[in-house]
Amino acid sequence: MINLSVNGQSLSTDAAPETPLLWVIRDHLGMTGTKFGCGMGLCGACTVHIDGAPTRSCQTALSAVAGKTITTIEGLSADRSHAVQKAWLEIDVPQCGYCQSGQIMSAAALLKSNPNPSDADIDTAMSGNICRCGTYPRIRKAIHRAAEILKTGA
Amino acid sequence: MSAQELDISRRGFLKASAAVSGGFILALTLPGCDSKPAGKAGAGAGGQPNAWLKIKGDNSITVLVDRSEMGQGVYTSLTQLLAEELELPMDKITVEAAPPGDVYINKLVGGQVTGGSTSVQDAWVKLRTAGAQARHMLIAAAAQQWGVDASQCRVANATIINAHGKTLTYGDVAEAASKMTPPKDVKLKAYGDFKLIGQPVARLDSPGKVDGSAQFGIDVKLPGMLYASLAQSPVLGGKVKSFDAAAAEKMPGVVKVVNTSGGVAVIAEHFWQAKSARDAIKIQWDAGPNAKLSNASIRAMLKKGAASDKGLSALAAGDVASAFKGAAKTVNAVYELPLLAHATLEPMNCTADVKADGCDVYVGTQVQQVAQAVSAKACGLKPEQVRVFTTLLGGGFGRRLDIDFIPPAVEASKAVGKPVKLIWTREDDTTHDTYRPPGYDEISGAFDAKGALTGWKFHITGPSITARMFPPVTGVDPFAVEAAANYPYDVPNVAVNYTRQEIGIDVGYMRSVSHALNCFVAESFMDELAHAAGKDPYAFRAELLGKKPRFKRVLEQCAKHANWGRIDKGHFQGIALMEGYGTYLAQVVEISTEHDQLKIHKIVCVVDCGRMVNPRIVESQIQSSIVFGLTSSLWGEITLADGKVQQTNFHQYRLLRNSETPPIEVKLLDSEDEPGGIGEPATALVAPALCNAIFAATGKRIRSLPIGAQKVLKI
Ligand code: FES
Ligand code: FES
Repeated sequence: MINLSVNGQSLSTDAAPETPLLWVIRDHLGMTGTKFGCGMGLCGACTVHIDGAPTRSCQTALSAVAGKTITTIEGLSADRSHAVQKAWLEIDVPQCGYCQSGQIMSAAALLKSNPNPSDADIDTAMSGNICRCGTYPRIRKAIHRAAEILKTGA
Repeated sequence: MSAQELDISRRGFLKASAAVSGGFILALTLPGCDSKPAGKAGAGAGGQPNAWLKIKGDNSITVLVDRSEMGQGVYTSLTQLLAEELELPMDKITVEAAPPGDVYINKLVGGQVTGGSTSVQDAWVKLRTAGAQARHMLIAAAAQQWGVDASQCRVANATIINAHGKTLTYGDVAEAASKMTPPKDVKLKAYGDFKLIGQPVARLDSPGKVDGSAQFGIDVKLPGMLYASLAQSPVLGGKVKSFDAAAAEKMPGVVKVVNTSGGVAVIAEHFWQAKSARDAIKIQWDAGPNAKLSNASIRAMLKKGAASDKGLSALAAGDVASAFKGAAKTVNAVYELPLLAHATLEPMNCTADVKADGCDVYVGTQVQQVAQAVSAKACGLKPEQVRVFTTLLGGGFGRRLDIDFIPPAVEASKAVGKPVKLIWTREDDTTHDTYRPPGYDEISGAFDAKGALTGWKFHITGPSITARMFPPVTGVDPFAVEAAANYPYDVPNVAVNYTRQEIGIDVGYMRSVSHALNCFVAESFMDELAHAAGKDPYAFRAELLGKKPRFKRVLEQCAKHANWGRIDKGHFQGIALMEGYGTYLAQVVEISTEHDQLKIHKIVCVVDCGRMVNPRIVESQIQSSIVFGLTSSLWGEITLADGKVQQTNFHQYRLLRNSETPPIEVKLLDSEDEPGGIGEPATALVAPALCNAIFAATGKRIRSLPIGAQKVLKI
């Protein structure tokens, strides 16, 4: 049994220690908001926060996160009230939506460390997240909008 | 697997006919797929006035959308059509995927199919009529209850109101309404009275997509469900000869190893166990006829096909032979295009639950009835015993018009008597796609002594997707000659011919289908001709569009919005024009090439797609298509060696990223024409507009894609 803290809850799992965190979260813990896209750290669909840092859960073994604090898209807010979620809804970013949990987790981490990102900052922070639907123009717009929401509260 | 193997189309027929838009429409019937939609709502208050609407006693309203949501926005746009006539507030509506059923057949395709950018075109009158009929029935039920004349009642906000100001909600009378006969002739709102249609209504599927609750196929959870991973033949088209699963069977969590029609499936308690055990199976493969297939051999087949056959006529005007014989100048070129993978971000997957008397299938599919038919066949039940639940699709782009990932899941579930979720890895997905066909195209133009373009010859050679999926195709495959058979320019002598040349592997419909091949060839070559004539590429085109006002308008507007010819020094532009799916578009790409480094400064796209249901979604689809088209133009290429696909994951099959996406300006023109499709066409113009810009900058003409492989510029 390995103990984890996920979205503020203490959970334990009997998954093998080498199992990628992604599959533990999805199959063992039943939280499917975190997505499988490539399994090689190339697409960012599986992005979660580990002790606050955006991390590719497909490249993270369960054994490496014992005792750490994990936040998934389900834990970002209880009611879509995170500034990034608000901006995403206002601008209607998602298309198929499959990459969006990962995009949002990367964007939320960016804004936490850099509340006023430039386009270049966005390029750097978001270039690990692929969107096959090409929502990039709206992602960029929504990150700027989220920064504004964080600053002004609306 | 073809529809023929499924015994569907042998009894069906396929008919290609010219459509009003100048494109083609398929009429295709799928006999044996005649299951009916869910019956009228059962006990309790509420009712189902028609196949698209469920209203409960508490006035909660569910709209059944009969097209798959794969990002193109149908859950919102189709709902807007119904809600317009029903005076439904959008925020009151829950959307549900419709089950398989003939009532949901897409009349432009002939099956329950989400594809061909047809959803709005098919639904435009149908769903407004369904909404108006339901409104009449709800009013009639309320009028009956009140004992007043229906003409004294009106509706607003999902409520019926009579002349005395009394109200009943739709929910109050839904049950009574659902027992009424739908009125035959209903008057639809005048276009000027639309409240929802034409508005940038917020997408109904966005909330679930920002909080992780949206359910894709890969997210399905059933009690007692097991997981499967599938080992497929590395050589495309190969089969399992024998396998040794002794080691795999001993691995933790493994329940069973099954030889399915699609390969060897390892079934385990969790996916990671299934995948780990799959890697431990020793499989002997029978490589089959593709053991030596390679890019070179495919190219040789196409070249030989092109040389040995003049092809079937897809478009003929005037006398091309004489025009070329008497020409003062002719220009000839050969263009080539590669195989491409769809690369939906959600890999193929399917969850099946086979029981003795029925089978439930949960799948992101673009073809509900075909999914039902193949599942039935895979578990030995009748189609009506199979229920298909369509999940959200993590990308479709045509990949989920194929059903190859469904039967192995059904077979695996049957083998263990439990629900099984089969998930492909990214490597499985990239190496076992039904690829966008390659192209080998010969093209020529003739000028007379006065310098006028008098002849245009375009010979397309490639495999037929339609012949595989909906055989037989006796004439020209209409999905191979798009953006070619509707040649827009005023040239007196035109011949567009098509040679079908198979290449040994399955090819599939991919976003914008043959538009993406033929628009690249035709619009690049128009550029070649403009330069040969010593004319500006925009002016050259505009002069030849006197008879085509919709083409001409988008071209002119695009030149205007892109400041054609009035850009910074060191910048260069390329232009392209196309009609596809009833939508007219022009694109201008602006680049610079300092130090041989390609930099795309912006892409401008002007669109006339007729009446728009939701301009916000239209804009996002154009942006999306441009990113998709740019990805293919720059890097898209699937290569084969010894019958095996050489690209496995995104490090080898590169997709555009945020930092690589140039500014995209979309200008939507007002139009009173009937709606066109918007999910696909903009994809096709990127390659020619970009390559034309590269020619303007470098003098180098790119006649093969992807651009990255041509080593003309650093990209
Ligand atoms: S699934 Fe982890 S980066 Fe793609
Ligand atoms: S919204 Fe479809 S992959 Fe990003």
